[in-house]
Amino acid sequence: MAEQRTLRVFRGTRERGELKEYTVAAGEGSVVLDAVHMIQAEHAPDLAVRWNCKAGKCGSCSAEINGKPRLMCMTRMSDYAPDETITVTPMRAFPVIKDLVTDVSWNYEVNKRIPAFQPRKPDAPDGTWRMYQYEVERPQEFRKCIECFLCQDVCHVLRTHEKHQQFMGPAMLVRAAVYEMHPLDDADRREHLRHEGGIGYCNITKCCTEVCPESIQITDNAIIPLKERLVDAKYDPLAALLRKLTG
Amino acid sequence: MTTSVRDLQERSFGATLRRDAWWIAPALTALVLGSFGIYATWAAWVNRSFEWGPYLSPFYSPLINAGWWPLSPAFLILIFPLGFRATCYYYRKAYYRAFFLDPVACAVGEPRHGYKGETKFPFIIQNIHRYFMYAAVVFIFILAYDVWVATRWPVNGVLPDGSMGTGPTTFGVGIGTIVMAINVVLLSCYTFGCHSLRHLVGGQVDCFSCARGGKARFQTWRGVSALNRHHMLFAWCSLFGVALTDVYIRLCAMGVIHDVRIF
Repeated sequence: MAEQRTLRVFRGTRERGELKEYTVAAGEGSVVLDAVHMIQAEHAPDLAVRWNCKAGKCGSCSAEINGKPRLMCMTRMSDYAPDETITVTPMRAFPVIKDLVTDVSWNYEVNKRIPAFQPRKPDAPDGTWRMYQYEVERPQEFRKCIECFLCQDVCHVLRTHEKHQQFMGPAMLVRAAVYEMHPLDDADRREHLRHEGGIGYCNITKCCTEVCPESIQITDNAIIPLKERLVDAKYDPLAALLRKLTG
Repeated sequence: MTTSVRDLQERSFGATLRRDAWWIAPALTALVLGSFGIYATWAAWVNRSFEWGPYLSPFYSPLINAGWWPLSPAFLILIFPLGFRATCYYYRKAYYRAFFLDPVACAVGEPRHGYKGETKFPFIIQNIHRYFMYAAVVFIFILAYDVWVATRWPVNGVLPDGSMGTGPTTFGVGIGTIVMAINVVLLSCYTFGCHSLRHLVGGQVDCFSCARGGKARFQTWRGVSALNRHHMLFAWCSLFGVALTDVYIRLCAMGVIHDVRIF
């Protein structure tokens, strides 16, 4: 039987808004996105919400539920006590367009500036390349990214310190790692990561990994290895000496 | 209730819409790391009761005689494991959250608004982590040697003052030997799961099939990665292991407890 549940939802634009309370019926197995759709159907047809697959794969319905960045379609109403009011707000790291919809276009602009995949010269007799599954598995983990940008939202460098001009954020570091660790790629992105990417701003607090709905090990498998590659190039005098000696 | 978007930002310390007990983890971390720091400083400072029979506390290993050094030799030793842990990628997360509150928890307001991360002094120094890792690997071998020494017992038994005396030794294992061995195992699991080591053994290679020794490097990288997945667990277990080993040997040396010789 459907239970009556109360939600507080942000209504407004980037200049002005409020948390409005709604009560809707939530059936067994329903998720927060279902409840938001019920609000649209019964109380507020003009409530703006971005969604698409309702299966945790399109990355559209990112929001903050009781202060935690999450996908609305993957958050069950039963995760919360029946008498608990559930607060749904838009992502904080990006400008609000309306209600729960934010402008995430900044991410795509940052993505465009990452040096593109650059394959090395073909080295197989037939003028192509060979690579093996075991060596391409590392970048394949990052290909699971659904671009929900929850990691960007929770990252305190963007969220609290608003360093959007200096720091590309965890999602874009994952994007860079896809190319950087690819067995066929020949480009060197370390200068880009250091200056435009601002990888030094990341202080490894792992919030990005905690919120990733695809369970990508963002910090351990993408950011730290990229930081270590930068250490090779810039902060390791022994490695520099070795490079000089070996040409 | 009118709330601007700006009001929803976490603009003051601790401000958040989270309703869970987000403060427990950083508070516990601060308590445990702080307690370890105080205990380690005291244990290093006192410069006594660090050996009993064939046992030697990890805080004082290797035994060094530094006449020119006015303080306890433990400080000369501890600088390496301390540096390794202070620059460790896991501990960085732990203490940035617990002590620097930067951030204290995910999606929770911070006390400071000027932020440079690890781009400037002092935190840019974190980039020397691999050098401390080299030292930490050497310490693993030193502590493993201590375990071997802890199996050599005087034939006539340990003297009442806890010293070995002179004379022949024989193989034996006491509770302390096992404690010291467990400590080395935990420290090895922590050290050999280090992110910098993972990078150096194979993480820096993109094309294993093209690199010299690529297959071996891939297997080594995979082994280090397996330990690395539990880096947090081993970081804490090895921290407790070191402290408990020191406590056990100290209590034996002070005569508070008596070591049991198993065989």
